[in-house]
Amino acid sequence: MAFLLRRCFTFFVTILIVMIMTFLVFRIIPGDPALTILGMDAEPEQIAALEKELGTDRPLYEQFLDWAGGVFTGNLGESLRFSQPVSELVIDRIPVTLSLAIMSIVITMFLAIPIGIYSAKKQGSWVDTALSITTQIGMAIPSFWLGIILMLIFGLTFKWFSPTGYVPWSENPSEALNSLFLPSLAIAIPQIAVVVRYLRTTMIEQLQLDYVRTAKSKGLKEKSILYIHVLKNALIPVITIFGMIFADVLAGSLVIEQVFALPGFGRLLISSISYRDLPLIQGMVVIIAFIVLLMNFIIDILYRWLDPRIELK
Amino acid sequence: MLNTKSIQLKIGATFVSFLFLVMIISLFYLPYEVNYMVVEDRFLPPSLEHPFGTDNFGRDILSRIMQGSQTAFLVGFTAVSIGGIGGTIIGAIAGYVGGWIDEIFMRIMDAMMAFPGILLALMFITVFGSSLTNTTIALGIMSIPGFARIARSGFIQYKQFDFVKAANGMGASHVSIIFTHILPNVLSPIIVAASMSFAGAVLAEAGLSYLGLGVQPPDPSWGRMLNEAQSYITKAPWYTLAPGIFITITVLGFNLLGDGIRELRDPRK
Repeated sequence: MAFLLRRCFTFFVTILIVMIMTFLVFRIIPGDPALTILGMDAEPEQIAALEKELGTDRPLYEQFLDWAGGVFTGNLGESLRFSQPVSELVIDRIPVTLSLAIMSIVITMFLAIPIGIYSAKKQGSWVDTALSITTQIGMAIPSFWLGIILMLIFGLTFKWFSPTGYVPWSENPSEALNSLFLPSLAIAIPQIAVVVRYLRTTMIEQLQLDYVRTAKSKGLKEKSILYIHVLKNALIPVITIFGMIFADVLAGSLVIEQVFALPGFGRLLISSISYRDLPLIQGMVVIIAFIVLLMNFIIDILYRWLDPRIELK
Repeated sequence: MLNTKSIQLKIGATFVSFLFLVMIISLFYLPYEVNYMVVEDRFLPPSLEHPFGTDNFGRDILSRIMQGSQTAFLVGFTAVSIGGIGGTIIGAIAGYVGGWIDEIFMRIMDAMMAFPGILLALMFITVFGSSLTNTTIALGIMSIPGFARIARSGFIQYKQFDFVKAANGMGASHVSIIFTHILPNVLSPIIVAASMSFAGAVLAEAGLSYLGLGVQPPDPSWGRMLNEAQSYITKAPWYTLAPGIFITITVLGFNLLGDGIRELRDPRK
């Protein structure tokens, strides 16, 4: 219980700091925001009117409280570029990015767990060495380059998948899956490499523990030791890197959406940068940071619940 | 086992030295001027005159790759210096002083880590505009929390040692204890982190330049080249290979070097 309380406390404090940081970064913009929007030869009355509208004429802490209150109630202000509420724009883009994230994680787990087990089982053999080299390369390849190559091979040459564009799930589920598969794979490959390496290490650690020797000596089959006892214990620490993977997958989709021209979060964010659509960028940054913190919070609690031996650091 | 470990270090060091050599050569000699355009020579496949082919403006890709290595080293080195020095100082103070200062510093570091990947850099670029300098500073700031965490845990571990207490008893100032007594002991994990961060900075710069938010044209950057290559992927599929391979080799080299140094310093793991 003490753990839960303390973890909740740090969760909220960190969210608060994230919000203060995001708010302040966008306030230290060189030059007056109203002047930037209206241009250099704007009338003083126009500037005053816009400042009132943007709220930049009030004290900083008031502006922050206003904005922070809005974030919690889902009111993130209005986009300068689209003249539409930020929350509406963001909700429109969520299905694409969320599908990408979920598919990448599913692909990662689906491939990484068997490969990791296999690598640990064959520890020290040439297969293990080959896998170790492959995973090192997998971690080094930029996922957007991987995306371009996958698109060239499977999208443009063999035409198995659509090279770019997105079809909503509600319109045609199989087309949607088809358009999201290559980008998800490109995001997943570096993550697969990370999980394989981590799972291999935790499996090998577990295999050296006393309970494995006990299980062996009481005559349990090699397979049931590996898949029932060892795997269960080896997968628990893997949960801890899940938070990192989730964050990486989100960050990966920011760039990959650009490669495959997918109308998600990342494309909206990147295209808004050249327009300097500050309310929209600020809102999206806070949402992404909030999702990452929430995931880490859930994972910490889950981990503690699965393995009560872990003490709070 | 020892054998495979030294192999990791060797491969890493080989890749890094190779790239460093390419970078040094590019300072003095390039096969072609990087922005020398020949309209008739657009999209030439790899040949003896142009080992990596030519791009959409008829520029020599090899020359641009070589010049791009300068960008990669500049960004990596500067970002790691900012992150390494800033992070080590923050981590040292947090770990050495402890208490509420530690708590405040580490909460801020946690908050910075909540911005995944290039998001912090994107925020920075939005505010200050996209240029190589801004991108590099942003990547440096982004790597501060990683260094701070490593330095902090080292300082917490070492501040309880007798030699630190002895130095304190003999009247050494806190600054001198931090820098001359504890820091040399925690330097090796920081060097490992520096190597890994270098790889991370190169990867992030490539990503940002690919998005058009890092190096501005016509200056060559590997990430930027991949963006151009993608537009002409069916016409000149080879264009995408060289920049991608060079980014991968750089990241792989620095990762392996970092791993190798770690295993050399700490053979238990």
